[in-house]
Amino acid sequence: MRSITVRGPEGRLLPILVPPVDEVGAQERADFFTKRSIKKESKLQALYLAIRMCDLTTLEGADTPGKVLQLCAKAKSPVPPSLFAAFAEKKKLEPIPSVAAVCVYPSMVKVAADVLRGTGIHIASVATAFPSGQAPLSTKLDDTRFAVEQGADEIDMVINRGAFLSGRYQEVFDEIRAVKEACGPAHLKVILETGELGSLDKIRLAAEIAMEAGADFIKTSTGKIQPAATLPVTLVMLQSIADFYRRTGKKIGMKPAGGIRTAKQAIQYLCMVNETLGPEWLTPDLFRFGASALLNDLLKQIFKEATGRYYYEKAFSLD
Amino acid sequence: MRTTDLTRTGTRQGKNNKPAAKPMLVKRAKAALNIETPTPSARPVTLSFEYAPSLESADIVKLKPRYGLYIDGKMVEPSSGRYFPTVNPATEAVLTEIAEATEKDVDRAVQAARKAYEKVWSKLSGRERGRYLFRIARIIQERAREFAVLETLDNGKPIRESRDIDIPLVAAHFFYHAGWADKLQDAFPGREISSLGVVGQVIPWNFPLLMAAWKIAPALACGNTVVLKPAETTPLTALLLTEVFEEAGLPPGVVNIVTGAGATGAALVSHPDVDKVAFTGSTEVGKEILEATAKTNKKLTLELGGKSAHIVFEDAALDQAVEGVVNGIYFNQGHVCCAGSRLLLEESIAETFIEKLKKRIDKIRVGNPLDKNTDIGAINSKREFEKIQRLVALGKEEGGEFYEPAGTVLPAKGYFHKPCFFANVSSSFTLSRIEIFGPVLTISTFRTPQEAIMKANDTSYGLAAGIWSEKGSKIQKVASALKAGVIWANTYNKFDPSAPFGGYFESGFGREGGRHGLLPYLEEK
Repeated sequence: MRSITVRGPEGRLLPILVPPVDEVGAQERADFFTKRSIKKESKLQALYLAIRMCDLTTLEGADTPGKVLQLCAKAKSPVPPSLFAAFAEKKKLEPIPSVAAVCVYPSMVKVAADVLRGTGIHIASVATAFPSGQAPLSTKLDDTRFAVEQGADEIDMVINRGAFLSGRYQEVFDEIRAVKEACGPAHLKVILETGELGSLDKIRLAAEIAMEAGADFIKTSTGKIQPAATLPVTLVMLQSIADFYRRTGKKIGMKPAGGIRTAKQAIQYLCMVNETLGPEWLTPDLFRFGASALLNDLLKQIFKEATGRYYYEKAFSLD
Repeated sequence: MRTTDLTRTGTRQGKNNKPAAKPMLVKRAKAALNIETPTPSARPVTLSFEYAPSLESADIVKLKPRYGLYIDGKMVEPSSGRYFPTVNPATEAVLTEIAEATEKDVDRAVQAARKAYEKVWSKLSGRERGRYLFRIARIIQERAREFAVLETLDNGKPIRESRDIDIPLVAAHFFYHAGWADKLQDAFPGREISSLGVVGQVIPWNFPLLMAAWKIAPALACGNTVVLKPAETTPLTALLLTEVFEEAGLPPGVVNIVTGAGATGAALVSHPDVDKVAFTGSTEVGKEILEATAKTNKKLTLELGGKSAHIVFEDAALDQAVEGVVNGIYFNQGHVCCAGSRLLLEESIAETFIEKLKKRIDKIRVGNPLDKNTDIGAINSKREFEKIQRLVALGKEEGGEFYEPAGTVLPAKGYFHKPCFFANVSSSFTLSRIEIFGPVLTISTFRTPQEAIMKANDTSYGLAAGIWSEKGSKIQKVASALKAGVIWANTYNKFDPSAPFGGYFESGFGREGGRHGLLPYLEEK
């Protein structure tokens, strides 16, 4: 088993054990979850759960307060409740819940925070020179502190892939620790940007470093690099979380992000979580989807369950 | 409208099964208007996520009230007039009745095969034989769902496995051997080869149609004709295969199917006009066949039992190794002759590994084989079920730490067994020595590669083995020291028609699949 050593708090040496990953086996196990057949009540349950787990995201250079306000309205109430009630009456469906969080750039945090205060919807902000992370640490920390001051209660940071790929694990570890400290009370999600790491072994290593350094969540991708979230990558990260929990008793959350566009995919992820970590991880506190297009497909499927018919896509607002 | 269909199926199941999921929270539309600002406390902390039954419809299968014998291209009555029932092991309900072939019927079948061999099949060119095999393969693919459902009904294996593994492999075997039919001379350059004549084949119940394909495809490709006896508990897919032969226009008598129990098999293997016997099944019966054919001119191949070692070294990819071990022993309810039934763990990782394995088997879904989410289906017959129970009870007496998932609920009817294992088992325990042929794993530990090799080879069988390590040189070294016909590295239970399969010692002799698998069906001059 591979192991690296980093210096942790107060200069103590901290060994990080990294079990090897067999790529073929991981792929095969991941494929297994595409064979699960989730129907009827369980499908409905999964669809509602997936909405509750969405981090509704807009991360564009062109983001404006107007765009973010639109997103926040959708986050609160993905479809107009009165409209849904009419559809849902026959099947007596639960009202459509709000999503877990909105995810925006630091400059847009205040806009979101002002309208979402008191709704229970979290405000997540990407920080640390997202998406490349190519900035001095001081800039990354300022970025983080700014987002928290503006009202973000979740920070999605990117790891220093340059340092990671050249083997400077101490630097990666220290940066995560520093950002965690800068977060204060805000939860920290650590983006590994798995599409840039090259192998499942490296992804496993990055996940271990992130968790040891204080991540509350580990997250696959920025969404700016392909491939983004995939089932095998998520599986390996979930297995890291399982091992970390066994060692430390601490439950780390998981957020696949990017590329999850359909309800069918989302349900495959939920089955994977259910059978890898167990149902106790099936909560927005421990599992999130970083997505934007997914929400409307989830709604479409819920409407289908309610009425027996697929609805025209234009029935759902774009954001 | 696939989705609509599935919904309909789901509704029907809802009545027959316990409600697997809580219905969505019931709230009136009026209340729905007040949700615009949910508070954090209103959100559920965790949600249970039970999988509702998702049943494959059995409507595609049309069973006749009784089945005769397939001799000379026709379904005929058995001369005895006797029929016996075949049972769905998941419900214990009788599916249909099967003819019991007597010595006289077997003789008719062998005569038909001899006639077809001499008049038709041996006169065809390899290319023409290949065309029939290609046709058979394609028709099996077209009717794959029907075959998969029927296999699951008769055998009890989960539909996911019959659909994704058994039937695709059946088609693959026919395709593969169709390709060989006109290239036999290329397979054995410089040697003169010819077909043998009439082949008598007896196959087991664990992979009913797949074993039929393993037997029939190479026999026909090499120019022989066949009399096949399927297992008495699982004859239905072989009988359905006769429809494929008809559709493919296979000349009458080229393949004949006689159903029955041990006596029918004995009549077939000892028939004087059978040139070659191929048997897959228990070591006990294999020995009887070896005796029965000893003083004859018959060629013989035996694919018998196993007690295969699955070795996990400390430098293995552990999470994937857990999956491999699960697939190795719990695939097909453990009814696999090459099942990795003896797990050997390096001591330094044994505790971690067993902990992971426990968590993993807690998640295995045992139940209705037609449910697409079922991982372990029904044990094929009452006899096998009772045998497994007897051996588990014996294992508990002998010692070793027994584990089975506490939360797994078995259906009230049908022959279902939980996946389980015995840890800290000695090589001298009964359970380490004999083939259980069920979802029962034994676990012991080792300290060095030498000890792993010694323990792995400490068996009267020699069918298969598995090695898990991320170190290539170690895999090579260990593999070359293991006495087993098939050795998988960092995977298990992978089958392909191009890979020869067969064993040493009490696991039998002869190879099936690949170029090696052609030889037993050919005469070399």
